Amino acid sequence: MSSTGSTRNDWPLYEVFVRGKRGLNHVHVGSLHAADDAMALSHARDLYTRRNEGVSIWVVRSEHIAASTRDEKDPFFAPSADKVYRHPTFYDIPDDVPHI
Amino acid sequence: MTTSQGARSDGGGAEPGLQEQFDATIAKDQRIEPRDWMPEGYRRTLIRQIAQHAHSEIIGMQPEGEWITKAPSLRRKAILFAKVQDEAGHGLYLYSAAETLGADRADLTERLIEGRQKYSSIFNYPTLTFADVGVIGWLVDGAAICNQVPLCRTSYGPYARAMVRICKEESFHQRQGYELLMTMMRGTDAQREMVQDAVNRWWWPSLMMFGPPDHDSPNSAASMAWKIKRHSNDELRQRFVDMTVPQAEKLGVTLPDPELRWNEERGHYDFGTPDWAEFKRVISGDGPCNAQRIARRRAAHEEGAWVREAALAHAAKQAARAGRKREDQSAQEGAAA
Ligand SMILES: [Fe+2]
Ligand SMILES: [Fe+2]
Repeated sequence: MSSTGSTRNDWPLYEVFVRGKRGLNHVHVGSLHAADDAMALSHARDLYTRRNEGVSIWVVRSEHIAASTRDEKDPFFAPSADKVYRHPTFYDIPDDVPHI
Repeated sequence: MTTSQGARSDGGGAEPGLQEQFDATIAKDQRIEPRDWMPEGYRRTLIRQIAQHAHSEIIGMQPEGEWITKAPSLRRKAILFAKVQDEAGHGLYLYSAAETLGADRADLTERLIEGRQKYSSIFNYPTLTFADVGVIGWLVDGAAICNQVPLCRTSYGPYARAMVRICKEESFHQRQGYELLMTMMRGTDAQREMVQDAVNRWWWPSLMMFGPPDHDSPNSAASMAWKIKRHSNDELRQRFVDMTVPQAEKLGVTLPDPELRWNEERGHYDFGTPDWAEFKRVISGDGPCNAQRIARRRAAHEEGAWVREAALAHAAKQAARAGRKREDQSAQEGAAA
């Protein structure tokens, strides 16, 4: 890992995503270390799906994930904060209009 | 996205408003996530606690692991194998959680084998007979469950999520142990004696798993304020005793405490005081098996070094080969065009 900067030569860190069953998205479940992608997949199987918790696994090197800043109140999310008209409740429809 | 990598870039200097935001998140009973600002003390406390917890799971494989080859049937062997494998998994979930706080996995392993970080005192006691395997499942995993269920709501998100996963698996551990003991109790007098002997040896160390009494637990107050810890050591110990006594009665064993009795007024069992001097001795390295446990962990780590290096060399070679193939392909495509 870049953060160790030591002579230890550690296996890189991978993030693991598991699809619990058909019809569901892959969900982040944790991380693990592996020498390469194939090993990361088989470790992920052994570590995160010992009891049928998944039907499909994605692994990705942690350093390849780009993330937004840590602050929820960051202006990055501002564009979604002030657009109430994107929500169905913004619109007043009389109660006697059916199925809407 | 909160990834394990995310926390690494955090400097942790308190910009104005950050402490307030952190406090508000805790007050609202919401989770702190890896990329959030957090006080250094919170981060340090968590790393220490999660690392100790992870080390306990990893060292905890040894006392029971010794019995895998000696298990009396294929069924028991398969069960024990699965249980010990789960404990390895628990250790890895927890190391993964510690890494989201900026800890380095290899560094944590080094701290463990150099004796600079602790693990639960319980795993420094020997497993003398196969009944110990049953009693560990029943009492040690039972105590672990008492400790761990409230941690599913601990304030740090990755730790809480690891605990949810772990708690789901612990129930199997406790039940297989109790079932093993029930089977032995239906057997011969010698088998029943083995069970009672194992209970006598493991009962007090199990009570010590909840840590020192509240008045002697210096770090507890901060952990409670940060909602890392949800209940005091003594509360959890009481809960464990109350849960376990009826199970012991059903099993037909005696818990080795002459002071143990139901207290109608309190609505709880009264019980004696563990030998806290022994606890301090064992936790600081002087228990029956401390040296052996660490020596074995160190040997596994050092003897595995060539495997870790070979896997990296193999990965590098594969990557280089794949890179050459891609170059050849694009050269061919270039020639064809
Ligand atoms: Fe465990
Ligand atoms: Fe367990």
